[in-house]
Amino acid sequence: MSLTRQDVEKIAHLARLSITEEEMPGYVGSLSSIVSFVDDLSRMQTGDVEPMAHPLEGQHQRLRADVVTESDNHEKYQAIAPSIASGLYVVPRVIE
Amino acid sequence: MADWEIVIGLEIHAQLATKSKIFSGSATAYGAPPNSQANLVDLAYPGVLPVLNAEAVRMAVKFGLAVGARVAHRSVFARKNYFYPDLPKGYQISQYELPIVAGGTLQIVLDDGAVKTVGITRAHLEEDAGKSLHEGLANASGIDLNRAGTPLLEIVSEPDMRSAKEAVAYMKKVHTLVRYLEICDGNMQEGSFRCDANVSVRPKGREKFGTRAEIKNLNSFRFVEKAIQYEVARQIELIDSGGSVVQETRLYDSDKHETRSMRSKEEANDYRYFPDPDLLPVELDEQFIESVRGTLPELPDQKAARFAKDFGLSPYDAGVLSASRELGAYFEATVAILGAAHAKLAANWVMGEVSSALNRDNLDISASRVSPQELSGLLLRIVDATISGKIAKEVFETMWAQQKPADAIIEASGLKQITDSGAIESVIDAVIAANPKQLADYRSGKDKLFGFFVGQVMKATGGKANPAQLNELLKAKLGS
Amino acid sequence: MLHNLSVGELAERLNARQISSVELTRHYLARIDRFGATLNALISLTAERALADAAQADLRLARGERGPLLGIPIIHKDIFCTDGVRTSCGSRMLDNFIAPYDATVVTRLKEAGVVMLGKANMDEFAMGSSNETSYYGPVRNPWNTRKVPGGSSGGSAAAAAARLAPLTTGTDTGGSIRQPAALTGITGVKPTYGRVSRYGMIAFASSLDQAGVFARSVADAAPALQAMAGFDARDSTSVDVPVPDYTAGLQKPLKGLKIGILREFFEGLEARNAALIHDALKVYQELGAQTLEVSLPHLPASVPTYYVVAPAECSSNLSRFDGVRYGYRCENPKDLMDLYKRSRGEGFGAEVKRRIMTGTYVLSAGYFDAYYLKAQKVRRLITDDFRAAFTQVDLLIGPTTPTPAFDIGAKIDDPVTMYLNDIYTIGANLAGLPGMSLPCGFVDGLPMGLQLIGPHFSEDRLLCAGHGYQSATDWHTRAPKGYE
Repeated sequence: MSLTRQDVEKIAHLARLSITEEEMPGYVGSLSSIVSFVDDLSRMQTGDVEPMAHPLEGQHQRLRADVVTESDNHEKYQAIAPSIASGLYVVPRVIE
Repeated sequence: MADWEIVIGLEIHAQLATKSKIFSGSATAYGAPPNSQANLVDLAYPGVLPVLNAEAVRMAVKFGLAVGARVAHRSVFARKNYFYPDLPKGYQISQYELPIVAGGTLQIVLDDGAVKTVGITRAHLEEDAGKSLHEGLANASGIDLNRAGTPLLEIVSEPDMRSAKEAVAYMKKVHTLVRYLEICDGNMQEGSFRCDANVSVRPKGREKFGTRAEIKNLNSFRFVEKAIQYEVARQIELIDSGGSVVQETRLYDSDKHETRSMRSKEEANDYRYFPDPDLLPVELDEQFIESVRGTLPELPDQKAARFAKDFGLSPYDAGVLSASRELGAYFEATVAILGAAHAKLAANWVMGEVSSALNRDNLDISASRVSPQELSGLLLRIVDATISGKIAKEVFETMWAQQKPADAIIEASGLKQITDSGAIESVIDAVIAANPKQLADYRSGKDKLFGFFVGQVMKATGGKANPAQLNELLKAKLGS
Repeated sequence: MLHNLSVGELAERLNARQISSVELTRHYLARIDRFGATLNALISLTAERALADAAQADLRLARGERGPLLGIPIIHKDIFCTDGVRTSCGSRMLDNFIAPYDATVVTRLKEAGVVMLGKANMDEFAMGSSNETSYYGPVRNPWNTRKVPGGSSGGSAAAAAARLAPLTTGTDTGGSIRQPAALTGITGVKPTYGRVSRYGMIAFASSLDQAGVFARSVADAAPALQAMAGFDARDSTSVDVPVPDYTAGLQKPLKGLKIGILREFFEGLEARNAALIHDALKVYQELGAQTLEVSLPHLPASVPTYYVVAPAECSSNLSRFDGVRYGYRCENPKDLMDLYKRSRGEGFGAEVKRRIMTGTYVLSAGYFDAYYLKAQKVRRLITDDFRAAFTQVDLLIGPTTPTPAFDIGAKIDDPVTMYLNDIYTIGANLAGLPGMSLPCGFVDGLPMGLQLIGPHFSEDRLLCAGHGYQSATDWHTRAPKGYE
């Protein structure tokens, strides 16, 4: 199953990945190849078996007590941030 | 407008009042310095993992039980994938195919007293995002992740509402309920209670729904009403002029009183939902659900029904007084002292004077400057005719301002009602003597002048004459 | 030579105060200095910190404290967050990332007294089977430096094989411990899913990732696994099941052990590879085990299943890398979209981008049912096959890899060819089963591995079976030439 260039552009956009002109044919090729490889799956007969999201059957989510366990560590965490102003993470203007 | 039917569904996001976040142990308190309540999990550092807060689950179950919904024995968290700076993981942990609560109903009382049932499709748990701030940053935005990870209960209604007023009534009911249940503080200014409205129109009689627009982040009852009204008019005009409604997300501009399309959401978002592999299915047994049921307080509808039955209140009055647990408790405490026979009096005063004073001073009932004990002290003086209702209002204002009990104020201002017939008679005599023309006019048939004499006597007595006695005596004296 | 002693022997000498941890640490640091550049097995060297930690271990020993890992050097795969130390995950995206916390695995091993020498090179974000996708360059196999060591834990495997440390940690999502262990002639253990905490382990595919260990023998691996295993409240997928004493259990006799030969593993298996496995089977039979053939009919679907599920999960797990709070940020982003696209486009390598895009595709509207949902259904069928097999046998046996180590650069151009390297290992990850690779011989002078797979939480039996094999053979004692 072949993916088109438009398919790859759309996926790359959804995934927020920049792909250069030079790289594009390579990705179209490799992604097409991968999708063909996994395509056999879509034709497999699986009956009405339940999809398996976790390898741990019979386990369920543990609940945590509602207690505050954290303190203010923003200085430590922000020490490695690319851009901080007045304790805020700075990004290019978010347009709503 | 008569040809069109309006269809509205509301999605309400209620921030759950847990101490810590839904998936981390960070505090949820409002107003902390930026990013001081965001730990490694909230900041989506590499390698961190979510662990579910038991109280958030309990609160969701409480809500489900209160609206008669099905509480899922098994529910699953799913990732909603999209990129936005206030969403650090690049996905929101929410619930998709298997929410914790499904089905349910709420009764709303409309202005004309009619009762309508609104269906609730589902309620699910999810995490809140952070905030973007723009002031003081040229061409940039600052992200505060304190709010990221706060638990939300998203309550989705069926598209059952048919007018903006119904939508507001429903929203108010949900607001009341979540506060009753103590699962949300309902503070809309702080963003604890937010509403998205899905609005569409269709020709009356047609079954198929029209295309809907979603109006996001309405954080007051007034805005919800106005936004829906605007949107309905916009859609009708659009269709009437040959256009068609686009399924899109819109924002309400409260300055311009209009809705407009959100630029950044022009492309349809493919959220690529899938079960979150870092979390296991939540399994709740009957025992757990019943233990939560045991913690349910008397619900608003139950309280309103009880007030109507026990105190003879109208459904509307019962509804107003049960709008919050605190208001209901205040009313009941007043009646407990005053006596059930005077419940209506208490009701009128709580809905009237007390509520006006609270609104004027922007106070909540819990901060009322007149307590139920003090109020009933005042109302007892009306009941035993020490003062008239009119005078009582003045006394109330003084009680509110000076925080003194009624008796002290009545005593100090000499406001006791005059109930001595003799005293009233003397004043009536003096007034009649001073107004011979009016007397003559009255006696020659101008019945309306009775009110004039009443007024004059009241003026002369500083408003203290007992109105019932005054009327009787005056009638006798004016005679014919 | 110190570096040829087992962990048990080293511990004895440390406990007897015959050598100090500082001496031992210096010894390994010298080896890293000598061989490090050739093999490119490490991304970060933490020599000063190591010597400080070794001195601490010596103090603990002086105070009379004893333990199987106290003072023993270790290298951690650079996927485990280490507080105050760069944790790059083999990627430009995290080249500048100094982790502000320790992974649970790191904490537990630290408490047991290990001395961290550095962080091991790895395929970028654990995506690869040859350690050729690392931002820091490929790792070389000490048995033949033109060959790959396997991946994604290539650096950890090469370091252990070259005796740069007696123990190294790794992670296994589709075979990333077992496959490099096989290609470098060492022992690699992947525990049951949920046995070891994932907290602090940078996530690739959350329902498949597990932390494990490389060592030169099962006996060496056992105390490391012991320290790493156990419930962690910070990981919701961590299982609260008691950890048995793995070391004590090693000596149990193997008489009566039923070993299943996986029919699907031997179909199309190259003759010399098959011969080595058959030799191993004879050893087990001599030890008293019974062997019988079992079939896992859905197993051939495991590779395409994995290459839907793993990319899907990783496409979401890697969304947090956006240049906003840490890690790589592109220069002069012109707007928010540009910030995201270029930080991620420039920060991630090609294989990572391929997998993110594959994952995005299979989760997207219109394709979800056909790919992701379908793959999760096949996953259940595969898991059920394993479960059925384990009603007949105690363990499964087969090869770890289809071939010995291949040349660096040989397979990097076609992703699918590379993916097929995982053909024997992936099934255990899909089913969450524990697995192990043991050296079992050589083909063309290069090591080959034998794989054992057990049911959930059967690590003790697995280790016991591995130890039994290693007591009767000496493949695991061979060292690559020049590294003895």
